[in-house]
Amino acid sequence: MTTGKYTTVSIPKSLYNRIKKLVEETGFKSVSDYVTYVLREVVAMHESEKYEEPFGEKDLEEIKKRLKALGYI
Amino acid sequence: MVSRPHGGRLVVRVASENRRERVLASAAEYIQLKIGLREAYDVENIGYGVYSPLDGFMVSEDLEHVLLDMRLSSDIPWTIPIIVSVTQEEKTFDVGDEVLLVYDGHPLAVMQVEDIYSYDKKLYVEKVFKTSDPSHPGVYNVLREMGEYLVGGRIELVDTVPNPYSKYYLRPIETRVLFRERGWRTVVGFQTRNAPHMGHEYVQKTALSFVDGIFINPVIGRKKKGDFKDEVILEAYTELMRNYYPRDTAVLSIVRYEMRYAGPREAIHHAIMRKNFGCTHFIVGRDHAGVGGFYGPYEAQEIFKEFPDLGVTPVFFREFFYCRKCGGIVHEKICPHGEEHRIRFSGTYVRNAIKKREDIPPYIIRPEVARVLLSHPDPFV
Ligand SMILES: [Zn+2]
Repeated sequence: MTTGKYTTVSIPKSLYNRIKKLVEETGFKSVSDYVTYVLREVVAMHESEKYEEPFGEKDLEEIKKRLKALGYI
Repeated sequence: MVSRPHGGRLVVRVASENRRERVLASAAEYIQLKIGLREAYDVENIGYGVYSPLDGFMVSEDLEHVLLDMRLSSDIPWTIPIIVSVTQEEKTFDVGDEVLLVYDGHPLAVMQVEDIYSYDKKLYVEKVFKTSDPSHPGVYNVLREMGEYLVGGRIELVDTVPNPYSKYYLRPIETRVLFRERGWRTVVGFQTRNAPHMGHEYVQKTALSFVDGIFINPVIGRKKKGDFKDEVILEAYTELMRNYYPRDTAVLSIVRYEMRYAGPREAIHHAIMRKNFGCTHFIVGRDHAGVGGFYGPYEAQEIFKEFPDLGVTPVFFREFFYCRKCGGIVHEKICPHGEEHRIRFSGTYVRNAIKKREDIPPYIIRPEVARVLLSHPDPFV
């Protein structure tokens, strides 16, 4: 059981058939399952390219001070 | 760069000094909601970003997605409900109100109430724990102890539960700076609730061979009778690391959290917490976060296949043991000898030996660690 909240995306029929063939030999339940899995993997990879650490120079000094005081650095 | 926080942004929900003083000074004027230790630790973990991207307790839409899809409504992987419940009698406020979350007389956080909703306890336990058997401690808690309504909304941390081990506590923002200072690009997280024996050390060091550093992250929280006390575990690890780990490859720091014993789902949650601390990898052991015989020995490893977008790489281990023929600590894949040559690491054996003040062979426990365990007149909870 899932939330069952889905929408439709169009892909070329030829690609669908190609995936269908592949899916038969894997543990995926359907073409949709496979496409969802692959998209999540790719999307997460692209998302991870844009990230900056959440501290400025001032925070950094404060944090380093505590880390030094506790003997971590 | 260490790992990107879960959901892309490290959440920090901590009140400014001014705001904190104002809230604490006017605490009596707030609607107060008493919470238990589990929620108190959850509040701390939300506030400091251990649970990023959560910025509060879950609203009904998120809970529904977590139960049915193992994801938040934003599609980000999430397996354990982070919720606060109330009984009919405690439901004295409405959506839009600000309530003060109070643990044992300590005001901990202000919560903006965004949702108050009922939920299906049976569905909850069957999804999270894969059983509705009340002899499972997590199931028992939901069925017998939780109120009939859940309250969701963003929180703002004003204080934390007093922490006797604060010198061992680093927030995710601090571990991230620390890993960067050490020049670590890959960090493996290790979760523990136990004093270290050689089996643990070998798992950690084997993982460490492939990454820049290890983050040893004991969970401090309610313990079962017979478990080692928190201070004993911390002292034992400190001794172990001082004697047997290169200083620049390992970090010891705690996290305060109450185990749910949800096996596979909880293993994912443990990995997410360590990802937020900056880990790129996470060690998943045999029957990770399990209890009794409720989960298969490698179920907690298999579930990772369902999350191609988790953003932290699980590292799976089988059991290590000492083999007399090999003359060392080995595992199934590298030792051809029979069971009669093998000595398994057993927590029960260690506990009994410590209780009887017996010597423990150095291939089971490092002598320095054994000395720590024996130096406490009563090392057990
Ligand atoms: Zn052997």
